[in-house]
Parts: sequence; structure tokens; C-alpha cells
Amino acid sequence: MSRNGPLAIAFHTFIVAFMLAPIVVVCLVAFTPEGYLSLPVREFSLRWFRAIARYPEFVGAFWTSLWLGALSSALAVLVAVPAALAIARYRFRGRDVLAGLFLSPLMIPHVVLGVAFLRFFTQIGLGGRFAGLLLAHLVIVCPFALRLTLASAAGMDRAIEQAAISLGASDWAVFRRVTLPLIAPGMVSGWALAFIQSFDEVTMTVFVAAPGIETLPVRMFLYIQDNIDPLVTSVSACVIAVTVVALICLDRLYGLDRLLVGQGHRDT
Amino acid sequence: MSVDGRQFISAAAARVTAARAQDGMPFLELHKLTKRFGDQLAVDGLSLVVDKGEFVTLLGPSGCGKTTTLQMIAGFADVTSGDVRLEGRDLLAVKPARRGLGIVFQSYALFPHMTAGANVAFGLEMQGVGRAERDARVREALALVGLAGLAERYPRRMSGGQQQRVALARALVIRPRILLLDEPLSNLDAKLREEMQIELRQIQRTLGTTTILVTHDQAEAMALSDRVVVMNRGRVEQIATPQQAYERPASPFVARFLGRTNELEGRVCLGVVKIASGSWSKPMAPAGDATLVVRPEKIALIPPAPDRLNGIVRMRVFQGNHWLYRIETPAGAVLVVRQNAGAPGPAEGDAVGLSWSSDDMVVRPRSEGPL
Amino acid sequence: MSPTILKRPYLSGTAVAWLLSLPALAIFVAVVMVPLAMTALLSFYDWGQYKGIEPVLVLKNWREVLTDPYFREMFARTFRIAVLVTLFTALLGAPEAYILNRMRSPWRGIFLLVILGPLLISVVARTLGWALLFGGNSGVINRALMNVGLIEAPLPFMFTETGVVVALSHVLLPFMVLAVWAALQRIDVQVENAATSLGAGHLTVLRRIVLPQAMPGVLSGAIIVFALAASAFATPAIIGGRRLKVAATLAYDEFLNTLNWPLGAAVAVLLLLALVVVTLGCNALIERRYAEAFR
Repeated sequence: MSRNGPLAIAFHTFIVAFMLAPIVVVCLVAFTPEGYLSLPVREFSLRWFRAIARYPEFVGAFWTSLWLGALSSALAVLVAVPAALAIARYRFRGRDVLAGLFLSPLMIPHVVLGVAFLRFFTQIGLGGRFAGLLLAHLVIVCPFALRLTLASAAGMDRAIEQAAISLGASDWAVFRRVTLPLIAPGMVSGWALAFIQSFDEVTMTVFVAAPGIETLPVRMFLYIQDNIDPLVTSVSACVIAVTVVALICLDRLYGLDRLLVGQGHRDT
Repeated sequence: MSVDGRQFISAAAARVTAARAQDGMPFLELHKLTKRFGDQLAVDGLSLVVDKGEFVTLLGPSGCGKTTTLQMIAGFADVTSGDVRLEGRDLLAVKPARRGLGIVFQSYALFPHMTAGANVAFGLEMQGVGRAERDARVREALALVGLAGLAERYPRRMSGGQQQRVALARALVIRPRILLLDEPLSNLDAKLREEMQIELRQIQRTLGTTTILVTHDQAEAMALSDRVVVMNRGRVEQIATPQQAYERPASPFVARFLGRTNELEGRVCLGVVKIASGSWSKPMAPAGDATLVVRPEKIALIPPAPDRLNGIVRMRVFQGNHWLYRIETPAGAVLVVRQNAGAPGPAEGDAVGLSWSSDDMVVRPRSEGPL
Repeated sequence: MSPTILKRPYLSGTAVAWLLSLPALAIFVAVVMVPLAMTALLSFYDWGQYKGIEPVLVLKNWREVLTDPYFREMFARTFRIAVLVTLFTALLGAPEAYILNRMRSPWRGIFLLVILGPLLISVVARTLGWALLFGGNSGVINRALMNVGLIEAPLPFMFTETGVVVALSHVLLPFMVLAVWAALQRIDVQVENAATSLGAGHLTVLRRIVLPQAMPGVLSGAIIVFALAASAFATPAIIGGRRLKVAATLAYDEFLNTLNWPLGAAVAVLLLLALVVVTLGCNALIERRYAEAFR
């Protein structure tokens, strides 16, 4: 790879600054000792981080987001694995339509999904209930779990399963001893990506969440609508910190562009 | 060979002698095996009888149906019509997991998340063999293929040749009734391939396992097999020993596929074959225009003369233990192969005469239709 | 010897496949297709401030959404913002992806993380950052520029279209970089070298060799960014405020403030239809234009 010239480096620096500036400023302002929005020039204070404890709705929203993310991702993977095996292994009529259906939430604007879920859940009596929210998130994160599991399943040499069969393994033994260990990386990274998507989701959730089952992004969003003060910046800084750690782990284990590739393409 | 390896062989040999006591019935019989993909005929009525302990090769270019045939025997492809009988019993009615066949896949298909030892032990686990016996047999099998001591290594840390041996050990340790090999040596480099061919043959001879090999490499087929099945576009062209197929090819396809061949234009008149200015006596040959087929190694290079087939050496290639000559004659280009005996042969641009024995030449009358 | 089809005569492959897909299929039909159908239906219902939702079929909502100048302006604004965001991200993202591609490791991996990572960081937190940077007098950058004396009044950012475009460009830039990056990965490195060896200068190589091959990536990235920008909610809501509405915030307003669900449903469905048409249409054009070279 040849090196980039000075013009390219300058452009690149601008882009990096553009991408990092908002994130950095949020984290900085979170440490302000003042009672209003300002950059911490003289000292860094944890006052606004401690203040979070006085706002149980933020803490509660955090746990809700955590549970919701973990559960919906786990369920999504559970549902996605058999579907991925079906799509990867068998050629049957309707396969492309099925795959398109499972990946459709990626193409539907979340605001439309939010509207649709609100209407649907209200009609069937799940309005404002955690179960409804769980179902909604399950459907939204399923494409991510499916895509990564599918990549693992499709990338596996089919002859390996045939070898296991020829050595006398029953279907269940083939799945348990051979297939499952080999698609496990896809399942794990699928779960991780699904979790992150669920944790951050705000557009759809703002329609479906009700007081009591609010997620953290929704709580932050509603708070910001009324006023912007350092409290919400410290909450944001916490969220950013957790995400960055998860990001670095994922990149080490899997490679970020490999994880996201396919998210950039609306292909099936 | 190590002690474990010898044990493996003696145990296997004992079984083979016991089995040879039964006779009469063919060991494996393929009867009019056919496979159709839509309106494409991949395998067309293949019939073959294999004796116990035989090494048979399905040989042909890609797309000839050899791999499909193997898949049908293994149970990984549906059969459109036809039978497969193993020791008299219908094999197609048996689930692939119960057929008791050892398979070595082209990509080896080793379980990447298991060590070599675990790979080899897998079949025994599925059979319910106890741990002690399992470990012993795995050790024997790895020793047999020359990988003693590598049981704890993972496939990704092994070379291609080593992986191939693990795949072979895994297939042999379950004492299969038939060993199926799908182009197992095609991913190895030339030198390694030659070594593995010799080892494979030795192992097979010692164990006496009935073996079916699929390959497109005619040299490999001729080196390893008791018999070859030459296939082309789903059909069998010839079933014979390698020597018979080479010396007496049943069709032009077989003649061209096995080794090199020359096809020259000539005429037959009153039992005399005339190619340009050369002539050969072939009393029973039908008169008329004909194509004469002769192998390059059967042709001698002698000084040119008016009553011989003469030509100019256009190119010569040194290939280690022999020289390959390309000689331009009035009857067309002729390939000649001469052993490297140390003395220099004709150089490029020299005029030479070509001679060979009438017995080494096949006459194919042109009226027989397209070749 | 690895057929893609693993068929055995005991249970047909097709039956097994459908059985395996059943859980996902059931969930998706029940939780995606049905709600969408219900929403489409809802858009035809009548609504009144006192009578609430009345399940009769009228075209009133659709007529309003398609002809009322207020709604026209909203959709025009949404479209305008989406187009500008797409342009910005293309102009910034494509070169950046190319520059990233030419870096050596470890820089490449690090900066890929830096550029793509924000995709996974909460959009609310990121938009908050923009509000902090440019928000009125207390915005960090505004204050800095005013202190230095470069400007006298704060740059207008909050509650302006420009602000929404800038913030959305930030949020969606990683998608463009990702799409172009993926396209660049498929380009054989040696092709550039071949062109250079035949005497092409650097700019020519870029223009005649790299750009045409990267174009499918730029175009598919553009489609994604456009769709996401047109349906964006959180960023326009925070930066644009209550007065600068786009399609998504409009639907939110109708649903959760005015409570006119049928009208909100009409807005949402119109947005969905418009995006599906644009996306499928552009995809088809790309397929046709680039099919010969790449598929």
C-alpha cells in the first residue's frame, strides 16, 4: 500500500476531528464542576456522575436497556440459527423471499416500525408492556443475528458435515459435535451486534415505550427535549465509555469492518 | 513402521483373509447407475463390479460424472435409477451414516475444532467404542500413515500433506468395507503427490481394503489401480487394467486421455499402410483412407531415407528422464518420446526418419465416422 | 465433493428447511407483516378530536398528506435534507474510505475503528455532542470563535436546517465509508499498479481506474444514507426542535401529541412507500449499469 500524501493526511485529520468532536465534547463537559454547561478548564469533577444516583429513572432505564438488549439478542440468535441453517444449506423455492423477509427490518424505517408496533400492541393488549417491547426489539435485531450466523454457516465447508455423517454420526450428533462449534463464532458476534443495536435503539422505542419500561436512550432523548444540562452529558459519557470498551473487544475478536460489512449493503 | 502400525496391519490382514473365504458373490456391484440433474444426464447407466480388496479408479475429465458416482455410493446424492449392492445387500436403502464407508474428501474435511487424534477417534466414538480401545486404535492408525505423535495437533497447524494423512487415518480407523477417495492428492504439490501415491498403494495392499479412487490424473490412475474405469460425459468408455487400457484403448477418447498419442493421415492399400513416403505392412487392415494411431514412445528416430516417413525436428524439450520431440512431417506433426540415455539425439532443424513396428500401430478407417 | 444440496430420501430437504425456518417465520409474519398491514389500514380510518379513531374507510388522511401545502413543505424539507446529507457524506466519505484503504497497519485498523466505531455509539449521545458544540451562545465552538473575535454573533446551528444536515452527516458518514470501503476491498490491488506501469499519473489512475470501480459502492452507500436521512428521527428532533419538523417527527407528533393516529399512519406509510420506490428503483439502475462489469 503506498503512502498517502500530505493533502490526504490533512483531509483525513479533518474527517477524524469531525467524527470525534461531538463525542469528545460530551465526555469533556460531563466532567465540569460548574452547575451549567461548560468545559472543565480548571478542574475535572465527578459531581455530575454522582448526581446520576439521584435520578432513579436513569438508573432504572439503564437496567431496562440492559435486560432488554441481552434478552432480545439471545432470543434473536435462538430464532436465527435454525433459519440460517435452512437458508445456507437447502435450495428451495421461496428461499430468497424468506431471506428477504427476515432481513426486511433493515429496510423499513424505524419510525414506521414504531408506528406499526404501537398500533399492533395496543390492539392486542401488549401496549406499554415489557413483553411487547421485547418482541419489537427481537424483530429489529434479528437481521443482525441472522446475517452473522448465516455468514458462519455458509462459510463452513459442507464436506465436514458429510465426513461426520459418513463416520456414523446421527443428525443430532452432527449438529451438536460439528455444526454448532463451527457456527458458534457467528452466533456470539451476532449476539453482540444485536445487543448493541438494541441498546442504542431510540426511534422505534420512543413510540412503544411507556413510563416504567423506558430504555436509556428514550429517557435521555425525552430529557434533552426539555433541557440540556450536564446531567445528561454524564449519562451519555457513561454510555459512550461502555460502548467503546465493547467496540474494542469486538474489533479484537472479530474485526469491526467484517462485523459491519453487509450492514453497508442492502443485499440478501 | 512402528509397533502400533504393525499391529493395525496384522489385525486388518486377519480380517481380510477371513472375508476372502466367502466367494461367488461380487463384493460391490453398481448396476445401471444413473443420475439426472433436470434434463442433464450426469451419470448414464454405469455398471461396474468390484472384487473384494480391489483398487479401482474412476478416471476422466471434470464433468464426466466420476465424483457424482462416488457421491451416490456414499449416499450424499440421490440416485435417479439403478442399484448399488454391497455384499449382495441393497446399499441405497441404508442411511449414509450406516453404510460403513470410509471417505477421504478432496478438501480433507477435517474437523477444524478438534485435534488430529480427536478427528481420527470420531468415527470410533460414533460406533460406541470404549475409550481404551479407541485410544489404542487411533494410535495405530496415526502410526500407519506416518503421523505418530501428532495426535494433539490441530489441523490448521499441519501441512497439506499431514492433513491428508489425518483424513486417511480417520477413514481407515473405522475398518470400512470400502474406502472412497475423492481426488485426495490433487491439492498436493507434484513431489509430495508422487510420494503419497506410493504410500497409499502400500497401505491399501497391506490392509486389503477395497478402494475406489476418483481422479482426473491419468498417471495417478495408472500407477495405483488394479483396474481403471475411464469415463466421459457420464458414460463408461472402458473398464480394464491400466496396461490394457493404455495399449488397447477401446475408443479415441481413451487413447487421447491416457498418455500422449499421435494420429496421422494415411491410406491402406492391399494390406500396406502408407503414410507419406513411409510404408508398413498390416495384412488385415481394411483398404481406404485411415487414421493411424501410434504412441510417441514406440517411435524410433533414424536417418532419413526416401522410403521412410521423414520429417524435420521443429522442437525438442528436455524433461529429465526423457526427451520430447515434435517433428513436422508431410502427414502432420508427430510427437516422439525418447529415453534419456546420455547420448545426444537429433537437434532442432535436423532431418530425421521415423520408424515403428506395425504391431504398435492402430488403424482406424476414416469411414468409421468422426473421431 | 461438497454438494450444496444435502438431500436424503427420508425427509425431503425442502420440508426440513421450512421446518427450521418456522419459528422465525411465525414471529416475522405476526410481528412485522401484520402490524404493517394494520398500519396501512389505519391510515384509511377517520379521526376526530372527540370521537377518536373511527374504523371506517375514508381517503381524508391521504388527501391531506398529499395535497395540503403544510405536508408538502414537510416532505420537501425531508427530501432536501436527505439529498444534502447524501451529497456531503459522499464527498467526505468516499475519499476517506480510499485514504483508509491506502494506509498501512496498524494505522489502518485504528482509524477504521475511529471512523466506523461511532456507528455503534448512541445516536442521542452523538447528537447531544453537536448541540454542545454549536448550541447558541454556550456552544463550545461558537464561544471559542467569539472569544477569538472571528465572529460577533453565534453561528446559527440549533433549530436550523443546516444544523440538522451537519449533524445527520456526522451520524451517517460511517455508512458511506463502510459501503465504499467494501467496494474498494473487492478491487484487485494489482490493477492500480498495472495502470501505473503503463504510464498513468496518479490522478489519472484515480479518475479512470479507481473511481469507476468504487462507484457501485458510492451509489449503494448513497441509497442507504438517503433512506436513513429521510427517515431520521432523533437527530432532527433534537437539533431541529419542535418547529423544524421532518417526516419522522411529524408522525411522532401526530401519534403522541395530537393523537391523530390515522393521519400519523398515513405519513408513516407514505414515507415507507416513497423510500421503497426510491431504493428499489436506484438499486435496479445500479444493477443494470454495473451488471456487466461486476456481477
